[in-house]
Amino acid sequence: MKAKSIQKVVLVSVLSLFMAACAGKKAQESVQVGDVGGSSDGMNSGLNDDTIVSGTIDGDLNGTGMAGPQGSDMNDPLGKRVIYFDYNSASLTFEGESIAQAHGQYLADQPNVFITLEGHADERGTAEYNLALSEDRAKIVSQIMGAFGVALDRIQLVSYGEERPVALSHDDASYSLNRRVEIIYQ
Amino acid sequence: MVKQIFTHIRAHIFIVLALFSILSSAPAQAILTIDITKGVKAAIPIAIVPFRVTPAQVLSESIWDVVASDLSRSGRFEPLAESDFLSKPSTVSQIQYKDWRLLKMNAIVIGEVQQLGGDQYKVSFRLMDVFNETQLVGNTYPVVKSAQLRKVAHKISDIIYEKLTGIPGAFDTKIAYVMQQGVQKNKRYFLQISDADGYRPVTILESAHPIMAPAWSQQADRLAYVSFEKKRAQIYVQDLRTGQRTLISDYPRINSSPAWSPDGSKLAMSLSKDGNSEIYVKDVNSGVLTRLTRNGAIDTEPSWSPDGRNIVFSSGRAGKPQIYQVSAQGGSARRMTFQGGYNAGASYSSDGRKMVLITDVGGGFKVGIYDVATRNIKTLTNTRLDESPSFSPNGEMILYSTVLRGKNVLSTVSSDGNVTYTHRSEAGSVKAPAWSPKL
Repeated sequence: MKAKSIQKVVLVSVLSLFMAACAGKKAQESVQVGDVGGSSDGMNSGLNDDTIVSGTIDGDLNGTGMAGPQGSDMNDPLGKRVIYFDYNSASLTFEGESIAQAHGQYLADQPNVFITLEGHADERGTAEYNLALSEDRAKIVSQIMGAFGVALDRIQLVSYGEERPVALSHDDASYSLNRRVEIIYQ
Repeated sequence: MVKQIFTHIRAHIFIVLALFSILSSAPAQAILTIDITKGVKAAIPIAIVPFRVTPAQVLSESIWDVVASDLSRSGRFEPLAESDFLSKPSTVSQIQYKDWRLLKMNAIVIGEVQQLGGDQYKVSFRLMDVFNETQLVGNTYPVVKSAQLRKVAHKISDIIYEKLTGIPGAFDTKIAYVMQQGVQKNKRYFLQISDADGYRPVTILESAHPIMAPAWSQQADRLAYVSFEKKRAQIYVQDLRTGQRTLISDYPRINSSPAWSPDGSKLAMSLSKDGNSEIYVKDVNSGVLTRLTRNGAIDTEPSWSPDGRNIVFSSGRAGKPQIYQVSAQGGSARRMTFQGGYNAGASYSSDGRKMVLITDVGGGFKVGIYDVATRNIKTLTNTRLDESPSFSPNGEMILYSTVLRGKNVLSTVSSDGNVTYTHRSEAGSVKAPAWSPKL
């Protein structure tokens, strides 16, 4: 009995050490570079661990943090932070336009608030075309906000194309969730 | 009692260490599944006899198996199963040609591996014509380390392929691709380079942020790619010999779709710094940037013609994306594709007669071949989420990514559409493949 409980404690502490080691590793090294192996290829063998570029890990994937306006009820477009799009389209739907307008009005009233518009696409078609498409989506939202007098230097556009889906299935339900612009208050 | 506790502790530490090494080591190798989709006409029957190994030992790589696998994957050869062999000659005098004729073989490959001492081997092979009882070709690799046995096997496959088909082989080549592991905040992206068959993968960049669009220089010494490590799309060039990385394009907004000019001096790319995705060419040495397109629609995915004079790209100027071509000096763009509602991601074959692209004629996004002379597009695959197609250097095979059973995998299809094979990677989902030029 006693042996078993000690054993458990040891396992837990070793595991947490292990997890801490992993977390530490990740936080330090956003990017790691190596070169190609195989001297028969005329290239150096093994990975070159000397060339580590440090950066930070992305903290907030969805960007739907607590900053920014809260809607009065669930139908208030100001409470919505994600604008969805039709397939292969960077045109706003009626609902999308009302969300963009609500946030544009809010930003016009709050001159010290900055946002990021993060554009995304579903996985259909080529990754590079989708990257450009996702930027067009973020851009149309910024243009609506600009029409409310929001200075465009308060809006940062970031485009991820199909690289960061929120829904991972390869079906229409997932695609419709992935074709989106996220409004992220800083 | 105490001893028992220690045994348990050791066991757990062992498990934890093993876990750690699995997670931190280079991801596992790809497993290949060959799928012959249609009847392959005129596949050449060939017997690849296990090489004689002296002194007798189990090699880290069975060269003859690698050769058989290479040739079989091409769809142009039908290697005889080892269980059907009547004999296993390793020298010319041991060959009973009558037996091989009985087995309806056209050609037979024999060979020897001799350990020279330590980690050094001498490898030799001969390709014999079964009807004329003559040697067609042969070669000796005087000093080979065990880590190079697989590469030598690919070189042998290239020689056999060229001798019997008249087309240079493309087995001794590399592929680059992006593998992704983990979900949500724990995602890791690995830019990897492996042999063309998916074996011997090496990670050249690991990142917490997406990596896209690796592009080989024609000299196969540099890789350009898009990295989101600074939370926006920037283009880097990485020297594959030294590992040195250079940030090559960091304009505001999107920097994407790098493509090397054939002479390696310029990169075509898509930049949205002027408000919308446009095609630019950047001289890598001088840094001079030339804008090629001016259009309110998306222009992206530039790719050079083999002579370096023109650039094809995808544009949404007609609504849905189609392929256009513009002079590398600039000027007006000419539409190339008129068939199907979606054509994108085009790149030329090395002879300039064909382009491989992603096409949607209804039923999903598939690899297609565009004939420059006739403007016809022939669809090659029956999957529906194909992306990133690239020709093998000899134009015989096309590497692309697709989704099979819910998973992002790499596949290869012969340019006639008859043979496909899939690299199944258990290590993660794989995208953005690019076939290297001839090494």
